[in-house]
Amino acid sequence: MVEWYLIIYCGLVTFFSRFLMIAILKKEMFTDRIREVLSFVPSAIFPAIIFPAIFLDTTGDLLIENNPKILASLIAVIVGVFSKSIIATIFAGLASYWYMIFI
Amino acid sequence: MSNRSKIFFKGVTDVSPLMIPVVPFGIIFGVLAIDLGLTSITTMAMSIIIFGGASQIIFLQLFSAGASSLIILSSVGAVNSRHLLYGAVLSEHMSDFKMTWKIIISYFLVDQAFAVTNPYLKKSTDKDKAFHSFGAGATCWVIWQTTTIIGIFLGSIIPEKLGLSFAVPLTFLALIVDDLRKLINVIVIIISGLIATFGYEIIPFKAYVIVAATSGLTVALILTKFKGLK
Repeated sequence: MVEWYLIIYCGLVTFFSRFLMIAILKKEMFTDRIREVLSFVPSAIFPAIIFPAIFLDTTGDLLIENNPKILASLIAVIVGVFSKSIIATIFAGLASYWYMIFI
Repeated sequence: MSNRSKIFFKGVTDVSPLMIPVVPFGIIFGVLAIDLGLTSITTMAMSIIIFGGASQIIFLQLFSAGASSLIILSSVGAVNSRHLLYGAVLSEHMSDFKMTWKIIISYFLVDQAFAVTNPYLKKSTDKDKAFHSFGAGATCWVIWQTTTIIGIFLGSIIPEKLGLSFAVPLTFLALIVDDLRKLINVIVIIISGLIATFGYEIIPFKAYVIVAATSGLTVALILTKFKGLK
């Protein structure tokens, strides 16, 4: 069982990222510049999960034609930008995806 | 009701509306973990030990793709680096907390709990204000563990052709949808996404998450500097 020690290490990393900020980090340690750049972390990391999951098939090949996930994601983006609701974004994407593959 | 439990329940009610999107997220995690062949116990252990939605999903994706431990660990670290951002404000308000409180709260405080804890701590002068963070965090914990269990249960029932794994990119998409209104963020998103997509097979050791994220952040560094010069 390789995954157990890995789960524990990942747990520690997650814990310490929160602990660092509560117990050790001080306001003075962050210049406005560092804060500005850190605010881009979600924009920099989440697309690395999002894009391959949409544009690649299960074998890792690019899938552009006949890929309902692309249109469903676009619908989710539009709904998300206008509604600003996390839950509406997820359901708009899933509903249009299901509509395209089942109906 | 004692003052402490009053503050605790204030934390619970403050964070409750934010739990709505967490419910499908937790269920999706459970379903996906079972689909990928993890046991119920391992899945549950992840939710208890790691207790961080984005970290757990990244872990699953990379683990099932056969990434090494080092890559998984550093990718989880990168996902968590966004937490450091909150440090600047939060540590100030928690400086008089006992160390045991700091440890307990560090375990419990996920994004949603941070969101309600920060404005409360900013204005509260109550000596028991730590109970607010505790209440908010414990609520997140209970919801996350319950939805993981539901997901584990559903994972063995839901047919694979329903394509529920598509909910993963949608969930992350929902988390950055606000950033789509800002030009620099859009550029960063597209660059990171393209590098991850085209680097998926090419970049060795499944390091595509790290490579894409650092590239995106570098672009942000350059573009914000350029903006600042104007």
